[in-house]
Amino acid sequence: MNKTVNQKAWFLVLPVLLLVAFNAIVPLMTVVNYSVQETFGNNVFFWAGISWFEDVLRSPRFHDALGRQLTFTFTILLIEVPLGVIIALAMPRKGIWVSVCLVLMAMPLLIPWNVVGAMWNIFALPEIGLLGKTLNAIGFDYNYTRQTGDAWFTLILMDVWHWTSLVVLLAYAGLVSIPDAYYQAAKIDGASSWAIFRYIQLPKMKRVLTIAILLRFMDSFNIYTEPSVLTGGGPGNSTTLLSIDLVKIALGQFDLGPAAAMSLIYFLVILLMSWIFYTVMTRDEANQ
Amino acid sequence: MRRLTWLVPTIYILFLMLPIYWLVSMSFKTTNEILGSFTLFPQSFTLENYRVIFTDPTWYNGYINSLIYVSINTVLSVCIALPAAYAFSRYRFLGDKHLFFWLLTNRMAPAAVFALPFFQLYSAIGIFDTHLAVALAHTLFNVPLAVWILEGFMSGVPKQLDETAYIDGYSFPNFFVRIFVPTIAAGIGVAAFFCFMFSWVELLLAKTLTAVAAKPIAATMTKTASSSGYELGLLAAAGTLTIIPGAIVIYFVRNYIAKGFALGRV
Repeated sequence: MNKTVNQKAWFLVLPVLLLVAFNAIVPLMTVVNYSVQETFGNNVFFWAGISWFEDVLRSPRFHDALGRQLTFTFTILLIEVPLGVIIALAMPRKGIWVSVCLVLMAMPLLIPWNVVGAMWNIFALPEIGLLGKTLNAIGFDYNYTRQTGDAWFTLILMDVWHWTSLVVLLAYAGLVSIPDAYYQAAKIDGASSWAIFRYIQLPKMKRVLTIAILLRFMDSFNIYTEPSVLTGGGPGNSTTLLSIDLVKIALGQFDLGPAAAMSLIYFLVILLMSWIFYTVMTRDEANQ
Repeated sequence: MRRLTWLVPTIYILFLMLPIYWLVSMSFKTTNEILGSFTLFPQSFTLENYRVIFTDPTWYNGYINSLIYVSINTVLSVCIALPAAYAFSRYRFLGDKHLFFWLLTNRMAPAAVFALPFFQLYSAIGIFDTHLAVALAHTLFNVPLAVWILEGFMSGVPKQLDETAYIDGYSFPNFFVRIFVPTIAAGIGVAAFFCFMFSWVELLLAKTLTAVAAKPIAATMTKTASSSGYELGLLAAAGTLTIIPGAIVIYFVRNYIAKGFALGRV
């Protein structure tokens, strides 16, 4: 749509601007403020320069948490995106089953995050949970509270359970927007089902899949509640993702300086990655 | 091979339902049964867990608190986002693209980063432990999302609609409320659904910003899990009850939900 230039449109945006400025800029400035100061309590602060940033960037603890975070995010993206596309392709296109599928698949998305964590916590307990008991019964030595590998397995399975539906719903929305004429043309040309997927369905889904990847990237990078309820970051520190570590430092130990510096670095990483996704997305839109 | 495609969604849905089934079935069991034996179906079926929740104010107030701040947040987010989304979908103005991306960055902000500053900010202006505090905090990620979704839906409405209305002598506010808002009612429904959803499922900020008076159900649950031993049945019943509001709203928006997740851009 060709838009008209109208500077008065700023008045329409003003309420959002004021609210978000109050909500985002003020707290962010607080964080910046803490990140450059040192305190020994009693509200006495000293200028610390960029020393907190240096500390955080050098600390092995931060490197480990960031490494775990990246491992987690890329693993779940690698599983959820292809799986979501496969399920969307296999879903019915017409009839009553469409609604049934959509409603049931959307269920996990509407469950409070701590309930998701608690639910999986119970579900995977080796003694009394269905998953844990079954895995042990068929011969696996499974205990997610003790063994690192099992904790990761449960964590990733939980996230796949929780969020694959988001990818399915998006991919499905892209698929049903393809006109029947495309398929008929492909049939006349004698195209294989792989060719149909590669040259008709995938290009049509590209846009929604970018949104899916963007949303999944942002949300999995911010994930806090589910793993903290499921494993609490353990066993040891083996599932301590960035957010969990940050909350431990900020609200647990009340180390404001390092926590603030870490917050800013953390936020910048997300911002940078998301900016790349966003640029790719809007460039595609401009090309169309 | 074609005949077997229905298996894929069926297996997937079974996988989705299993943990939910386990939670629901556990909510009807006694603590003894949960800890003592492994049963697929509740043997000694009991409603005791639900009775506790509906009679103990610390439990049912949690639900009421959650519903109050989620409602305030949904109304606030959608009302504020509406004019802004209109501006983004219809006009070009100085800095519009930067502003749009800046709004989006707030959707990316980790709640963990904002928890402590929000606590200090809201304490300073004296709204700590009120429903308003949580509702305001959640606008941080819900307003950008609502703007994004509404902008997508509004861009699907031809501009001729606006132009005709102005020629017919409608003023902007008149046109907006009487004609435009009813036209994009579906989009508003979807935006409201998403605000509801993300406010309903969030816990970290809601927990940090409340103490007693506005404590959400989710926070009551985490406290039970740690303090009063391990009352799994009670926890399961509370969890089951938090699934119900979501299931109800999904049913109403089922035909638009995919379009909503695509942010109105399919």
